[in-house]
Amino acid sequence: MEQLLSQIINGVQVGTIYALIALGYTMVYGIVKLINFAHGDLIMVGSYVAYLSIVHYQVPFPAAFLLAMLVCGSLGVLMDRIAYKPLRARPRLYALITAMGVSLFLEHGARNLPFIGPSFRRFPDVFPTQNYVLTGSVTVTNIQLFNVAVAVALMALLQYVIKYTRVGMAMRAASQDPDAARLMGINVDRVIATTFAIGGMLAGAAGVLLAVAYPRLSPYMGIVPGLKAFVAAVFGGIGSIPGAMVGGLIMGVVETLATAVYSQVAEGVFFVILIAVLLFRPAGLLGQPTVEKA
Amino acid sequence: MLLQVVDLHVYYDSIHALQGVSMDVDRGEVVTLIGANGAGKSTTLRAISRLIPTRSGRILLDGQDLLGMPAHAVAEHGISHVPEGRRVFPQMTVRENLLLGAYTRFQKARVDRALETVYGHFPVLRERRGQLAGTLSGGEQQMLAMGRGLMSEPRILLLDEPSMGLAPILVEQIYQIIREISREGATILLVEQNAHMALSVAQRGYVLETGRIVLAGRAKDLAANQAVQEAYLGGAAGS
Repeated sequence: MEQLLSQIINGVQVGTIYALIALGYTMVYGIVKLINFAHGDLIMVGSYVAYLSIVHYQVPFPAAFLLAMLVCGSLGVLMDRIAYKPLRARPRLYALITAMGVSLFLEHGARNLPFIGPSFRRFPDVFPTQNYVLTGSVTVTNIQLFNVAVAVALMALLQYVIKYTRVGMAMRAASQDPDAARLMGINVDRVIATTFAIGGMLAGAAGVLLAVAYPRLSPYMGIVPGLKAFVAAVFGGIGSIPGAMVGGLIMGVVETLATAVYSQVAEGVFFVILIAVLLFRPAGLLGQPTVEKA
Repeated sequence: MLLQVVDLHVYYDSIHALQGVSMDVDRGEVVTLIGANGAGKSTTLRAISRLIPTRSGRILLDGQDLLGMPAHAVAEHGISHVPEGRRVFPQMTVRENLLLGAYTRFQKARVDRALETVYGHFPVLRERRGQLAGTLSGGEQQMLAMGRGLMSEPRILLLDEPSMGLAPILVEQIYQIIREISREGATILLVEQNAHMALSVAQRGYVLETGRIVLAGRAKDLAANQAVQEAYLGGAAGS
């Protein structure tokens, strides 16, 4: 029982990070119908930005955190502007393949940058670990609390922006019907750029949180969490923001539990779930069933 | 002239959809564009609101050329297009849809006033303001689309097939409201397949046939015109 509880705490921590990443996939998909396979690599960029600014420039952690978000947000916009926007009128497959190219470019670009390089780096301890006993042998660390608190705060902020602000209304309108949104006077291109910016910022934040929890950085560190978050987004219903949050959380918990039971199969569980979702509920948990347009 | 369309040409790939359409709408007028399915009525409206590119021609709003503008800028300049098939935002509430209609308007007092005016024209929208637009009936969605189009207090309202797919009683209701807003001074360019209804509210009309204007004139004269009656009103004169 206690074992189970600690695993769930672990799972929630990872799950909220997956949720942050999944939001980027789902928001971009919602508006341009593109699975941005390079999204996961923004996690890597975010953690390196924080790493380099803390280690080399003694930037305080909160500032490094914000800087990582800003850089990743800008990189998201840049990615769209350079790689995806010119392909907007083409069949969707073009942009999808381009996204894989952008992903490889970021990974190998990072690998070849002298200040990043192929070898692992250790993320500095931003605060000394402390354990708080909940009950019996169940403990929670300050890092776990910090990660979950930051992720939840960011998601609450996002939810507020989407629901109650002008920008959020424009984003929802553009994802439901881009042409009708244009008729309302909404600059859809700008909304798309904003979406990439927000998705990038969340991925940057996720990267730093991930580095705080698992302080081992490499140019390829974004691939696996990116893939898992993608599965979480599909599981929750691609295009659905609450779906991404719920999906991320569930997948995080499922993964840690599966690891605890039998660590060899943990990663496989993700894809079993993905296949099951695609077979039995292709729209995902909270997604809208859609008819594929030619 | 508030809106002037001059020698407009539009192509869909190799299909010459609009072949030199010219028309105009004066301030305070209701002008209708009638014609058969596929004649290019909706295409004309979509070209005016810049949703589709034009090959050549000019579109002037108060003398200002709209051709170089993206669609969202045209909306900002005061052209409000209520598209064919309503195109309400299904996952947003009625009130949110209406507020999006005023997206380009920043003064809260004005938006609130516009909202009250729209609720005045369409009381059912006030009742359903918290409901998702996708759950409304066809008639209610049409009202929402029109209300949304009025929220920006546009200089001209482009209405595309407001009667499409509606029961006769609802068509009557929609046209009652069109008359109402016209009396209040709105300028309307109305596209309809239901030529009878359209000619009953309009002062002037144009008849579009395969991308060309073949007839233009006062609505009364068009309604009395033998060719129009045979082609679009489904009957002989006097019936």
